[in-house]
Amino acid sequence: MSYIPNTLEERQEMLESMGLKSMDELFVDIPASMRAKELNIEAAKSEIEVRRIVEGLASENKIYKSCFRGAGSYDHYIPAIVKTVTSKEEFVTAYTPYQAEISQGVLQNIFEYQTMMCELTGMDVSNASVYDGAVACAEAVFMCQERKRATAIISGTVNPQVQEVVKTYCASRNVPVIVVPAKDGLTDLEGIKANLTKETACVIMQQPNFFGNLEDADSFCAAVHEVGAKAIMSVNPISLGAIKTPGECGADIAVAEGQPLGMPMAWGGPYLGIMTATSAMMRKLPGRIVGETVDHDGRRAFVLTLQAREQHIRREKASSNICSNEALCAMTAAVYLAAVGPEGLKNCANQCMAKAHYAASELCKINGISMAYDTPFFHEFVTKTDASEKIIKALDTQNILGGLPIEGGILWCVTEKQSKQDIDEMVAIVKEVCA
Amino acid sequence: MKLVFERSKAGRGMDLFPACDVPAYDLPENLKRVVAPRLPEISEIDLGRHYTELAKQTHGVNDGFYPLGSCTMKYNPRINEEMCALPGFTKVHPLQSEASVQGSIKVLAKAEQILTEITGMDRMTFQPAAGAHGEYTGLLLIRAYHLANGNTERTKIIVPDSAHGTNPASAIMAGFKVVNIPSAPDGCVDIDALRKAVGPDTAGLMLTNPNTVGLFDRNIGEITKIVHEAGGLCYYDGANLNAVMGMARPGDMGFDCVHINLHKTFSTPHGGGGPGSGPVGCKEFLAKFLPGEMPEENNGTLTMGVPSESFGRVRTFNGNFLVVVRALTYVLSMGKEGIPEASQNAVLNANYLMNKLKGAYDMAFDRICMHEFVMTLDKLHHDKGVSALDVAKRLLDFGIHPPTMYFPLIVHEALMVEPTETESKETLDEAAEIFLKIMDEANNAPDEVLSSPHGTPISRPDEVRAARTPVLKYNFEA
Repeated sequence: MSYIPNTLEERQEMLESMGLKSMDELFVDIPASMRAKELNIEAAKSEIEVRRIVEGLASENKIYKSCFRGAGSYDHYIPAIVKTVTSKEEFVTAYTPYQAEISQGVLQNIFEYQTMMCELTGMDVSNASVYDGAVACAEAVFMCQERKRATAIISGTVNPQVQEVVKTYCASRNVPVIVVPAKDGLTDLEGIKANLTKETACVIMQQPNFFGNLEDADSFCAAVHEVGAKAIMSVNPISLGAIKTPGECGADIAVAEGQPLGMPMAWGGPYLGIMTATSAMMRKLPGRIVGETVDHDGRRAFVLTLQAREQHIRREKASSNICSNEALCAMTAAVYLAAVGPEGLKNCANQCMAKAHYAASELCKINGISMAYDTPFFHEFVTKTDASEKIIKALDTQNILGGLPIEGGILWCVTEKQSKQDIDEMVAIVKEVCA
Repeated sequence: MKLVFERSKAGRGMDLFPACDVPAYDLPENLKRVVAPRLPEISEIDLGRHYTELAKQTHGVNDGFYPLGSCTMKYNPRINEEMCALPGFTKVHPLQSEASVQGSIKVLAKAEQILTEITGMDRMTFQPAAGAHGEYTGLLLIRAYHLANGNTERTKIIVPDSAHGTNPASAIMAGFKVVNIPSAPDGCVDIDALRKAVGPDTAGLMLTNPNTVGLFDRNIGEITKIVHEAGGLCYYDGANLNAVMGMARPGDMGFDCVHINLHKTFSTPHGGGGPGSGPVGCKEFLAKFLPGEMPEENNGTLTMGVPSESFGRVRTFNGNFLVVVRALTYVLSMGKEGIPEASQNAVLNANYLMNKLKGAYDMAFDRICMHEFVMTLDKLHHDKGVSALDVAKRLLDFGIHPPTMYFPLIVHEALMVEPTETESKETLDEAAEIFLKIMDEANNAPDEVLSSPHGTPISRPDEVRAARTPVLKYNFEA
């Protein structure tokens, strides 16, 4: 399969129309010494053969019956309409809406997405997305850079992979990073305060944090603002159906991994980096932004706007290098949120919490298992146990993906997708292991 | 067209979640959300129709010709979409045990093997989620290499003035200073300017080849040699790889690392602006600095391991994995014959269309081009007041997505045309006729072009107003 419509005869005809005899004449600029030899890869294959190979690869992965693992990727229900809408070929095969007149569909969708992200996070402005939640966090740090303020402080309760990405981004730009270790599964606010100075640009916290625990975000934001630094909150979008928003807590920038909003776990991607901010920071947001305007005839229209921030205009003076983002994932999130609606999102968040708390209390009835922290939590929690490996293995043989083994215990996650029966079955297996 | 919020009616919605079968949890008051989000309340049928209406106002490759230069808007094979939607790929948690994701690791390993062969590299990471993200990652490799060698003074990246804006922007993000060098009159690298620019502070050169005017730089061997002799590394921007797959390899041209765009060259869909994937390949001596985890083979099973001197991580988990599944499906289909055949036909189609237009349109460089060509409408603009933008807008009336406008910056009133190999001769013939008709109008009835488009859902939008008084979300109170 090569997906080339023109026959060999037509190709020859086209060459001859230009006074050429062979394809080779089109490549005269490539020096002979640099012409590639035949590629050392397999021969072309038919669709049937390719399907067989790729389906074979997919079958070598294990699909679990139920999933109690989170830690940055979450197993939520995806409404059927999400896939239907986002598979529409117009959306799938278009590119960045450079030509507004024939791209109102994509542009309006981004505008709707931006509105939903503001509503969700309680912030004023949103961009059209970045690569994932971790990159959103790193880009947020760059938004806070001022002439005399560079240092970024990260709470040790932020997802370790997110910390790693932020550190990588900051290292290349010589932005100092201080990680303040967690205290009892929560942000060490006193530890952060001790590090706050006039050179602090921003402080990052996660809500609910990596251990699932709910932080005192109001006090966090207030403390950060005390020294004139910016508060960045990394949040779980589903939790915002129930939990106080970054806007309500006083954050300057909210970032989130958008995967829970209708995207499959898919071994890590594609995911969605959500970024919203206060209006004061509007012009510092990286990436595409869509705005409303009117057309020549006065009709409502949508366009890419505030482009003076971007790389294709500003080149080395741009605020970020981002060009392509995660547009179809942003559409996925928008369709998801429209499908569940305000009541559905609240219901989903409440069910996550209820089921996680049920699972936690049932697990803690087992000898040798106890809660690692005595703190309100959302849909993830840590249990102490010295049998992590045995527990995960036993669950695996029953086709259940257990929580993530971490230092001193297991980080569990329960979403609305797991029924009481799923939870009871998991707990029964753990009980047997610990007996 | 109504916004989704304007279709919302209180009390409507879908029935998605069962009743909660465990006791409710009472969240402490101080942690509760105060104001509910104003998300749409809408029935499934109305939601479906809303997006169908949006789809009708969206032009994709499947709607018509899309010769958007530099973006390689080729056909996105349907089999790719089916393969990446297999539950064995979608229903897998990124933190599952290695033993339970052998298939996924094999996808990465196989894609790496084929794509490094095509680019002439030794290893490849799939962490980067887009081309610009790949540029950034490649530059961090260069940075890590110089730092590991104690060369802290190598702080400058050389970028030709014909480069994509992402190149200098990525260099700054990676902590470098940018040295812009002018292009030679033929649009290629000015060798003398390059010689003058390199020195003990050179970290590397970023180059697109074929370059952004659609020409293969004949001096490429000398260019990479000059940079290497000065102690710098050479970075290949793979934006234009579709011209030379299986014909010439960046590794053989002297490049040390590359990024490629799976959403351009390797047929994965653009999705209205992502998700893409910008894997970065490198020569063996840079592999130990790669970010994230890389597939490794241990007695027949595959594991994921962190390279010994990894500079860190540019994304969580394993990058835009499902995009890699699509690209793997594509390269398996194409095989060793299909890969160069695609490039040959991409170049053939570009030259064929250029040849048909060159009597009426001025070409920025009148010689055999690679997979795309750049026209300059400077004279038309000067003589008739019809700009590249005006011609682009008129094309919309004929169902053609316009070429890239006003890029590269070194060509005035530029239109950059990239037909790709998946377009037929008839499509090119029809497009040529439309281009010629528009030129005729521009010369004889310019108002028709200046006031275009006439048949699109909206006429030209007021972009100045959008930027001056930004309205970036729906006003629920209005």
